[in-house]
Amino acid sequence: MLKSPFLAETGAIARFAGRFFREGFRPPYEVRELLYQCYAVGYQSLPMVGITGFIMGLVLTLQSRPTMAQFGAESWIPTMVGLTIIREMGPIITALIFAGKIGSSIGAELGSMRVTEQIDAMEVSGTNPFKYLVVTRVLATTLMLPVLTVLADGIGLFASYVGINTKGTTTLALFTNNILSGLTFGDVLPAVIKTFFFGFAIGLIGCYKGYHAEKGTEGVGQAANSAVVVSSLVIFILDLLAVQITGLLGIN
Amino acid sequence: MLPQAPPATAKASAPAEAVLTVDHVSKSFGDKHVLRDFTLTVRRGENVVVLGKSGSGKSVLVKCIIGLLPVDEGSITVLGQDVAALDHEAMDRLRAKLGFLFQSNALYDSMTVSENLLFPLRRQWLAHTPAQEKDMVRQALEDVGLADTADKMPAELSGGMRKRIALARTLILRPDIILYDEPTTGLDPITAREISGLLREVQQKYNTSALIISHDMNCVRLTADRVALLVDGRCYAEGTYEELEQQDDPQIHEFFAA
Repeated sequence: MLKSPFLAETGAIARFAGRFFREGFRPPYEVRELLYQCYAVGYQSLPMVGITGFIMGLVLTLQSRPTMAQFGAESWIPTMVGLTIIREMGPIITALIFAGKIGSSIGAELGSMRVTEQIDAMEVSGTNPFKYLVVTRVLATTLMLPVLTVLADGIGLFASYVGINTKGTTTLALFTNNILSGLTFGDVLPAVIKTFFFGFAIGLIGCYKGYHAEKGTEGVGQAANSAVVVSSLVIFILDLLAVQITGLLGIN
Repeated sequence: MLPQAPPATAKASAPAEAVLTVDHVSKSFGDKHVLRDFTLTVRRGENVVVLGKSGSGKSVLVKCIIGLLPVDEGSITVLGQDVAALDHEAMDRLRAKLGFLFQSNALYDSMTVSENLLFPLRRQWLAHTPAQEKDMVRQALEDVGLADTADKMPAELSGGMRKRIALARTLILRPDIILYDEPTTGLDPITAREISGLLREVQQKYNTSALIISHDMNCVRLTADRVALLVDGRCYAEGTYEELEQQDDPQIHEFFAA
């Protein structure tokens, strides 16, 4: 029988996700650990996400100005940058940064717990390690990435306002009005909704890679590394799916 | 080193009830047969040592007992329950009564010592108030002689201390049976003897039964009520330390001659 490691692993991740849904919503709940993970995953990523969001907004604005000026369309810059950030750049850049920071740390943390038998120790003490370690982390990444994305969008738009005001003067009111006039719910909602899926994928893949780390230090490194690589790839695939779905719904 | 007067004494009275039965168990990985038709019984209040060379399948045996590995053939009965027939939740309940001391200790290295002890305690709902929790942690740490380490991280402790903390984490759930996976491996001879003494103390204080996996003859002599010799996946010989020591069989003699 022909065996594809790729398909085997895809199947294993799907089963892992199935286990998350089966076990995640049954009591007892690890509320304290969930809150701690939200803090660790969300709050502690804020500086990183804030800085990248700011630079993203600023650079987009400064780079699009000359081209827009050629067409005499400088007044369209806020609308264009706003749409770009909210629909695509905000979610995708935040998700990639998040995958790099959180995906790798989850992979390494669970990987070294697996290698040093700490996960086995939880299991033999009658605790469900899947619930304590995996469910809390996946929920935390799923809930926190959308929040971080919205914050990064906001910071990026503010940076855009700063960028516009480096040459010429635009009031905040005009800038805001300009953005909002070009924006519909069809732009905002799908963009926010897809970040839930991004967050879920990052948490799930990081946990899967760590939870199934092979023995040894090398296994931990591989878990951390492949958590980032695979989840980054999955983010792009999900993004592609999202644009197809919004296209079918007629809100592109 | 010559064996001194052994503190281990065989139980002469009527045999107590069996708390752990390994019945004709076989387990293989690929074409490597680790356990073949292995049979062993542990009775209440008894320390049984499984003695075997490295790689003879001792650790596999305990992992089968605790349900981390499924057996291929035979059955394992713990406290009257067939391990293979239990679902996840029943297994978790059983595991609360079954302590396991890892060879590597497996302490949670991102938690302090007291958090390590609280982790199983909170999830088994054994303590009802914070004061009770604190009391149980203090008691468990006192039992292993490390009352003042509660706020330390595992990385700050020595190997012997970590072993004691791991034992405290096992003891805090008041298990009926404790499985020790090579409790003295990697420790210096003095610390190893202290740990062996501790295993005895635990047995006497809490009347626990224990299955001890070891190849350290000093530990075997100090802790065993009964010794089972694991050779080629089978229970090659069984008896008290003194009985086995006097056997002429070369396979048995090999262990005691060292």
